[in-house]
Amino acid sequence: MATTSQSFPRLPADVNRGAPTDVHERVVPLDEVVPVGRAASVLDLVGNTPLLEISRLTAGLIPAGVRIFAKLEGFNPGGSVKDRPAKKMLEVGIAEGKLKPGKVILDSTSGNTGIALAMLGATLGYPVELVMPSNVSRERKKIVEAYGAKIHFSDPMEGSDGAIIMCRKLIAQNPERYFKPDQYNNEANALAHFETTGPEIWRQTRGQVTHFVAAIGTGGTVMGTGRFLKSKNRAIKVIAVEPDDAMHGLEGLKHMASSIVPGIYHEKELDDKIQVGTEEAYEMVYALGQTEGILVGQSSGAAIIATLKLARSIREGTIVTVFCDFGDKYLSTNLWIGWQEWRPERMQQVIAKWKNK
Amino acid sequence: MAVRDRVQTQRRRFTAGVDEVPADGASIKAVIEDLERRHPGMRERLLDEKGDIRRFVNIYLNGDDVRFLDAINSKVKDGDDISIVPAIAGGR
Repeated sequence: MATTSQSFPRLPADVNRGAPTDVHERVVPLDEVVPVGRAASVLDLVGNTPLLEISRLTAGLIPAGVRIFAKLEGFNPGGSVKDRPAKKMLEVGIAEGKLKPGKVILDSTSGNTGIALAMLGATLGYPVELVMPSNVSRERKKIVEAYGAKIHFSDPMEGSDGAIIMCRKLIAQNPERYFKPDQYNNEANALAHFETTGPEIWRQTRGQVTHFVAAIGTGGTVMGTGRFLKSKNRAIKVIAVEPDDAMHGLEGLKHMASSIVPGIYHEKELDDKIQVGTEEAYEMVYALGQTEGILVGQSSGAAIIATLKLARSIREGTIVTVFCDFGDKYLSTNLWIGWQEWRPERMQQVIAKWKNK
Repeated sequence: MAVRDRVQTQRRRFTAGVDEVPADGASIKAVIEDLERRHPGMRERLLDEKGDIRRFVNIYLNGDDVRFLDAINSKVKDGDDISIVPAIAGGR
């Protein structure tokens, strides 16, 4: 890309109010992200994802001095942010001699990590087996199977704890057979973000990022990226997003108070934590599709809600959040129940509710 | 009507950790009201302000998703099994 603007030019104000954007005037603030033109393996396509400025959805809702950018992790080859930790955990496993020919990659995962492991296992030549509750979305099951992975189904009534227990049993029966990446306790997970996501955001914002907001599943993204950004500028605020209740519908996210806390998650390193409701997050998914033209999964809805809440509490800043994946694999899920009734005006009502709280 | 509610992990904090509880009622709605009486806090997790089943909650009556029956008004018979499962794996 030839453009080398030194700061992010702002879009004309009228663009923000829903007027169609003139494609010739649109701003592409991504000049320093150089897409890989040719790769020897999908491994080389992981990371280096674009930042998208979120300006249409937020028009009139946030102070003029605040800008919001979303890192579009759906552009990873496996379709989610999880490609990064999966790649790093396998790399470290191979380097340490724990993953070697003859071993099978096995883990319990309800989704994107399983997809990433299945994809990377295929390209590296390792068989992959995954344990997941049988109520994960149909698309996910089909995707991992398409990569050649084998699924062991656990009882949906036992949630992902049931998958973890089944995974432990499989390993206990045959410990020499398996390599378990263990994303919840493997520091390579957070390291992946320290080495890639963090530096990318720093470069893409030219060091102007003031706040980093990420939803927590394992905590890998918020920990690793947060650590890197703080190493560059201690004033950068790092904020985690979690569901507001143990009973929630935000796939991939974890309500920490009611969960086994992941070994790599250290809450004391965070500046704040914002709780979001499932339904408001779902509505933001509809809003993003219809205002920004970007269809994402529910965790991105949660991320943007928290980011909006934060944006409304500050006067100026550059907030970067993470959209973990695109929305295709959730089309058969509850996320889309009743969405036809959703109207753009509804967003104002959602925001108004925050005001009253 | 006496029915059994199979309780998945995220709701067990309302049932003192028990994974199956009895309930009474002639419809899903009545059963949920009864569950609320026995285990306060449960209704709010399952139903929205309008009294509809929350979008991320799936209720199965003898294995069938009640959204394909009569939703909240689905009739319940003596001895029926009700499973209430969040749409996602949740927890860890």
